[in-house]
Amino acid sequence: MKRLLSIHAWLVFAFLYLPIVVIVALSFNKSRFGVRFTGLTFDWYIRLFSNERILEYLTNTLIVAVVSTIVSTILGTLLAVGLVRYQFRLQSALRYLLYVPVVVPDVVMGISLLLLFDVVRDAIGWPRLSLFTIILAHISFQIAYVTLVVRARLMLLDPTLEEAAKDLGATPWLTFREVTLPLIMPGVVSGALLAFSLSLDDFVVTFFTAGPGSTTLPLYIYSSVKLGVSPEIHALSTLMVGITILVLLLGTLFWRKRA
Amino acid sequence: MREAATPWERLRQMLLTVGPGALWLGLFVLIPTLIMLVASLMSRGSLGQLVPPLGLHNYLRFFSDPLFVEIIGRSLWIGFWSTVFIMLLGYPLAFYIAQSRHKEVLLLLVVIPFFTNFLIRVYAWIVVFQKEGLLNGLITAFGLPPAELLPSTLAVYVATVYTYLPFFVLPLYAAVERIDWSQLEAAYDLGARPIRAFWEAIFPQTVPGLFAGFLLVFIPAVGTFVIADLLGGGKVTLIGNLIQLQFGSAQNWAFGSAASMVLMAMVLLGLWLYARTQGERGLDKLV
Repeated sequence: MKRLLSIHAWLVFAFLYLPIVVIVALSFNKSRFGVRFTGLTFDWYIRLFSNERILEYLTNTLIVAVVSTIVSTILGTLLAVGLVRYQFRLQSALRYLLYVPVVVPDVVMGISLLLLFDVVRDAIGWPRLSLFTIILAHISFQIAYVTLVVRARLMLLDPTLEEAAKDLGATPWLTFREVTLPLIMPGVVSGALLAFSLSLDDFVVTFFTAGPGSTTLPLYIYSSVKLGVSPEIHALSTLMVGITILVLLLGTLFWRKRA
Repeated sequence: MREAATPWERLRQMLLTVGPGALWLGLFVLIPTLIMLVASLMSRGSLGQLVPPLGLHNYLRFFSDPLFVEIIGRSLWIGFWSTVFIMLLGYPLAFYIAQSRHKEVLLLLVVIPFFTNFLIRVYAWIVVFQKEGLLNGLITAFGLPPAELLPSTLAVYVATVYTYLPFFVLPLYAAVERIDWSQLEAAYDLGARPIRAFWEAIFPQTVPGLFAGFLLVFIPAVGTFVIADLLGGGKVTLIGNLIQLQFGSAQNWAFGSAASMVLMAMVLLGLWLYARTQGERGLDKLV
């Protein structure tokens, strides 16, 4: 039984890694077409780096991810604190609204934001579809994830700690800054990391809210894949997978050291 | 000395914390949904723009044309069977990881594809399935003629299972980690055979995780357009492709909005059923 379980597990792992391994191998393959390995080369990487557009797309991707993560982390953290701390009318409506970006398919999210931007632009001539609209769109789904992650952390918090700070005469702001925030920091960091990776990964919402001049890496990959498979895309994919693995390894080591 | 905050002070603090986020969600989630609802009731102008008259004509067209009903059916069908395959692959895997001595490493092996860019994961299967791809390389090595594997429904299934498998394994793993194994021993003590003992003592403990995992996989699998677009290339049209087409080359935003509302209604119906069985707490498990 145990044996069967382990054979099954390793077959699933093989399935998970087979395509990634194929891409990595082909990115070093001399032959432009096919999967026959005809010799080792770094040409595709050199070509990739000599393509200045790629750098522009990478910059766009990072601008969107950094700005949207900062805004959504601040708004989401505050929202989580308010939701846990206060009781108010419409609170349950707000809680349900929070689940919408998490559960609704991204194509629906994308076109509803496209409609919003279009209606507003018709009325006041602004905003054009650009990096700015992509950022607005990303914040809108990130906020929900950040809030839910931070809220989970807040619910584990011992309320007597904040009571104690208040009893000692701390103002609400001081209590928040010196007691609550440090205690929920791991949740805030996880929320921010999740928001950041969601933004980097997003293709669908970006696809509908991007305009001319605001191409991101996922948009570029999509349009080149539409034209056909190419070794430059193998090389770009390999680099992105490599960075993913590196970040995850560093993250794991970091959390383990803290724990 | 402790003073009770005045109602004004409380209101101010509440607005400062909840206010900005709530405003954002209202402006960028609630209002766009309402605009989409209104757009779905409008008509297509000569340039594809949204014009009156308002009415239910888009919905009537959607549900009276067998083509569109078939698209809904196909999306649900492919989404459902992909989810079943994912569960068959992922369920035993979660147990294997939870019982392994190298949990952390194995978990990382699941997380890496999870965080790898979605488009790259889909692209990888083009490389495997294309005419001069890996699979055909193997087939021709055995002296067989190359097969036309792309575009195909098979490729859409494989890539869907591949893409969403980690989404299922991670929440299920969390459920397996919390299993109370003493119940298994109790079942053995009472004379149950291994399969019955597992079915009666362990499986029920994983049901909430199974439900959460099912939804986490099924909803995006039904709503995706990228996978069918890149690997099904016109052969496999899902509701996501239909929506994209209406907002793209077909230039019929009104009809696209109606299709979107139908997809959203299906998702909300599924969630409502889920919340009824699992309670609102169950919704938190989805994150």
